[in-house]
Amino acid sequence: MVRSMLPVTLVAAIAFSQPCARAGSEFAFKSISVDLPAGDSMFPKGPNSDAADANCLACHSAGMVLNQPALSRSEWQAEVNKMRTAYKAPIDQKDVESIVDYLVSVRGKQ
Amino acid sequence: MGGIIPPHYRSSRRHFLARAGAASFALASAPALAEAITQLPLPGGPDERQITTAFPQKGALILQRTRPPLLETPFEVFDQSTFTPNDRFFVRWHWSGIPTDISVDTFRLAVRGHVNRETPLSLHDLLALPRFELAAVNQCSGNSRGYFQPRVAGGQWSNGAMGNARWTGVRLKDVLDRAGVKAGAVQVRFKGLDETVLPDAPHFMKSLDIDHARDGEVMLAYAMNGEPLPLLNGFPLRLVVPGWYSTYWVKMLNDIEVLDQPDTNYWTQTAYRIPDTPNGDIEPGATGGTTVPINRMNPRSFITNIKAGDKLQAGAPTLARGIAFGGAAGVSRVDFSSDGGKSWTGAELGKDEGTYGFRRWQMRFALPSRGDHVLMVSCTNTQGETQTRSPNWNPSGFMRNVVEQTSVAAT
Repeated sequence: MVRSMLPVTLVAAIAFSQPCARAGSEFAFKSISVDLPAGDSMFPKGPNSDAADANCLACHSAGMVLNQPALSRSEWQAEVNKMRTAYKAPIDQKDVESIVDYLVSVRGKQ
Repeated sequence: MGGIIPPHYRSSRRHFLARAGAASFALASAPALAEAITQLPLPGGPDERQITTAFPQKGALILQRTRPPLLETPFEVFDQSTFTPNDRFFVRWHWSGIPTDISVDTFRLAVRGHVNRETPLSLHDLLALPRFELAAVNQCSGNSRGYFQPRVAGGQWSNGAMGNARWTGVRLKDVLDRAGVKAGAVQVRFKGLDETVLPDAPHFMKSLDIDHARDGEVMLAYAMNGEPLPLLNGFPLRLVVPGWYSTYWVKMLNDIEVLDQPDTNYWTQTAYRIPDTPNGDIEPGATGGTTVPINRMNPRSFITNIKAGDKLQAGAPTLARGIAFGGAAGVSRVDFSSDGGKSWTGAELGKDEGTYGFRRWQMRFALPSRGDHVLMVSCTNTQGETQTRSPNWNPSGFMRNVVEQTSVAAT
């Protein structure tokens, strides 16, 4: 195993305020302020797309769904159930079937 | 033997433009190139992904998901250097409540629970501890999930949800010793600054057994490749668990809790579990077997300079090169085959940068005749573990490590 304890000079690649450098240290941590892309596109329009928009996009962008392979209805049902039970998505029971219908329509397995 | 699966995505013309743009650092300011598309040869698709430069401190990456970010390293990056540049290092978050303003003056790491002294540590305090450094591969449990057949739900990664960095920071053992672990401690749980969107959702946390946490290798990194961590890779501090999958490498780490009972939180007890079989491999659709938390990585290797579909010259001396890693042990050997696995030859290994890092390899060969050929590469680690010859499968798409096959044509 090759390991070293060599000193490292930290070069901050980005801005900002008030480095908290120690005297005699080559380290200089710097605070960070950044922006992240919103990822707020709606799902492609179609029957029940409004149910997907209303229930899925709070936690993740639509691309997560659109990049999935074709899945069976039961597999999509399991995904929606996981969002409700494991990740506590407050999806009304009446919306579950609409969401599954939509997911099957955009990424369903024949 | 499974089907022929190219080791990495093929380039399209548009992708070539994206690479040219990235190389000149002009992509961000060139709107015409900002919509560059790459194609990942995922069986059955969808195979198109955007190449994005929209994320802070990050160069061109494959956009798997915008929010919370899933960003994949384009495979050609692995041909360019042993250490993956920070701005091309893959990104994976579970929840979108990611702090975007972090003050290094007010940041504190709590060390609490079954300890004698619950003293929060500042970054200054961490700098005062002995500095520790090692090279290690950080690989998503689901790297290469997109190649599972039958396909499974989840992040549809190609082979770029991994990276190798030199991590600098302090040993977790030293931090725990400073707090004084009480007798009876069984596990240590780690939590970061990221928040769930929904109030009842489970905060992302992972745990290690106490002996593992104190093994002198698990560390807290405040730098990767000699620079502060990019925010999306866990600034200002992340856990590094050498040889284990990156689910354990908690980002923006600000809370260490020593437990006197086994952790029962969702992310340990329910998520990130694998069948209790070698490489987590089961028959597709099989149910009822026991599962365990995902843990040690298995060995993998890739050709980085020859892509599926490339045309090589028959009879001409040809160089194949690439990367290998042993997982939870060092690389012992890398074997190469240019005849679809009928015969194998040991490849020349590059510099050993550390047990848990990428090891470069290269091999000179010549294809004997015109026509189609299959190149293969396989890594064996120092514990004798090697890659599977047919694809391993499990319903979560974890731990893929089949011997990659690259189909080429000799002309």
